[in-house]
Amino acid sequence: MAVMTFIEAVTLAMREEMRRDPSVFLLGEDVGIRGGVFRASMGLIEEFGEERVIDTPLAESAIAGVAIGAAAVGMRPIAEMQFADFIMPAVNQIVSEAAKMRYRSAGDWNCPITIRAPFGGGVHGALYHSQSVEAMFNSTPGLKIVAPSTPYDAKGLLKAAIRDNDPVLFFEHKRCYRLIKGEVPDTDYVLPIGKADVKREGTDITVISYGLTLHFALQAAEKLAAEGISAHVLDLRTLYPLDKDAIIQAASKTGKVLVIHEDNKEGGIGGEVAAIVAENCLFDLDAPVRRLCGPDVPAMPYSPPMEKFFMITPEKVLEAMRELALF
Amino acid sequence: MSTKRHEAVGLTDQQVLDMYYYMLLARKLDERQWLLNRAGKVPFVISCQGQEAAQVGAAFAFEIGRDYFCPYYRDLGIVLVAGQSARDTMLTAFAKAEDPNSGGRQMPGHFGGKKFNILTGSSPVTTQVPHAVGIALAGRMTGKNPVVYTSFGEGSSNQGDFHEGANFAGVHKLPVIFFCENNKYAISVPLSKQLACESVADRAIGYGFKGVSIDGNDPIEVYRVVKEAVERGRNGEGPTLIEAVMYRLVPHSSDDDDRVYRSREEVEEAKKKDPIIQFANYLKSVGLMDDASEQEVLQKVQAEVDEATDYAENAPYPTPESTLDHVYGS
Repeated sequence: MAVMTFIEAVTLAMREEMRRDPSVFLLGEDVGIRGGVFRASMGLIEEFGEERVIDTPLAESAIAGVAIGAAAVGMRPIAEMQFADFIMPAVNQIVSEAAKMRYRSAGDWNCPITIRAPFGGGVHGALYHSQSVEAMFNSTPGLKIVAPSTPYDAKGLLKAAIRDNDPVLFFEHKRCYRLIKGEVPDTDYVLPIGKADVKREGTDITVISYGLTLHFALQAAEKLAAEGISAHVLDLRTLYPLDKDAIIQAASKTGKVLVIHEDNKEGGIGGEVAAIVAENCLFDLDAPVRRLCGPDVPAMPYSPPMEKFFMITPEKVLEAMRELALF
Repeated sequence: MSTKRHEAVGLTDQQVLDMYYYMLLARKLDERQWLLNRAGKVPFVISCQGQEAAQVGAAFAFEIGRDYFCPYYRDLGIVLVAGQSARDTMLTAFAKAEDPNSGGRQMPGHFGGKKFNILTGSSPVTTQVPHAVGIALAGRMTGKNPVVYTSFGEGSSNQGDFHEGANFAGVHKLPVIFFCENNKYAISVPLSKQLACESVADRAIGYGFKGVSIDGNDPIEVYRVVKEAVERGRNGEGPTLIEAVMYRLVPHSSDDDDRVYRSREEVEEAKKKDPIIQFANYLKSVGLMDDASEQEVLQKVQAEVDEATDYAENAPYPTPESTLDHVYGS
């Protein structure tokens, strides 16, 4: 089994799907000859040609809207938003159109589109190249939101997203792209959208996270194990619709829950996770549900100390987990 | 007897008579919905009145069953030619389960139906424009090469999605017919407050393809120009923007009162150019219709509208619980 980076797993998933199914194609800004500004589509135009790897005009609503039209008549487009921050002009297309086509036509039409977008900070990207935008979409039934944290999950979930008969927003944490490596089979496997994954079994506290911060939780769990604290770590993987059963099970197991995400706290995914725990696990809880999240400021500043202040760091995660264990 | 202008553009006598039938059917279905609305039987109407000639003339230029339609909410004339029936219109008006557009989920005017090659539409204006471009792109990839119709009002031609979609289609030379139904008003706001350029058709220049402005009250002229555009599209010569100039004869919708923003004199003046009256006069002038056959068509259409109204009124509603269906596929 090959060890590869997160972004290599993304590229592999796209390549395999494009080889498997001629209706799969990629469109976005700089995805062709440049191979994507992060190089996620490196080598694809060489293999599949500019008919299937389309460098579009710089206009996000058209990228989404054209993909939606093509998807409606049977294609399987992968639309790349260069940064999640730039998805905003396409929100009308995603929320008013892609998410509602099946429902508004009483099942006559559907929209099998995958929209990939790099999100998250810690790369000196400042306000408009660092945002987490998932909470803007997570009350939109009809959409699915996926945010994998490992290369293995990225490949299996991206393939699942492409094959899904409904629109999927696929968020890739850009710090994970080259930082996170892992074993990825070269076999054709898909992972189920809508299922969370226990990344570490534990008994004292439960940490629920996704994306980059999931890794910080795993690192902290390792350190805390030496202190005799056993952490259970659940990777949400799908942010909408949430895997409620897995959340309830993970919360009930330890009775102490910490939700971590880089997106700001108020109105974030963590609030919904906490509500699910509150509705279902009251008598299993031994501590108030806690959230460790980005601050409620408009976006991440550029200056290094400010960026560091905003970011969830391994140290902040370790401290929050230890504190909860000692509650 | 006047010359048969329609023959010069390749339309047969039967075709122009069919055009008249569709125009009249659209008008009478529309009028019936207003009556039902004022009687408290249907909650909402959005009209095609005054735009039937442009819609029917345009629709006749496409290959039904092969080409695709991404219409906007006034396009009753388009969807009738594409295959929807009087019953379909009334089932939508009454929001009944059998409504082919949405199963009673959407307001009237939100057309759709896979079996008609009509993409499902929404209320935010002009979102359908990039969809049409995507359908054309997919058609090129699969080799099916449909030409795709998409329409919108002159006010909507200000939306980003019009410009983004037109630009994409221009760059990729895709067979899309951008059909602007310029009825002079975006609800209450007149053309002069919507555009600084001479006509909507001028906007095509910026996207590298042809833009044409035509008389939307003349179905033969509309057919001619759209047909040429469709042929260019089929031959790989890319998109065309066609602005059909007409007048909206009724308020924006059943919830609008147009007396506050336009004079009765202006509306009465426009009614003198009512495309249905004008086209009937043309058909009479070339000997294809007389008063008797005009009455015959009218009676046929009225009977169809009556039957459709009765059928739809008595058809079952969707069940309340079906509100939960069709969020995701299996």
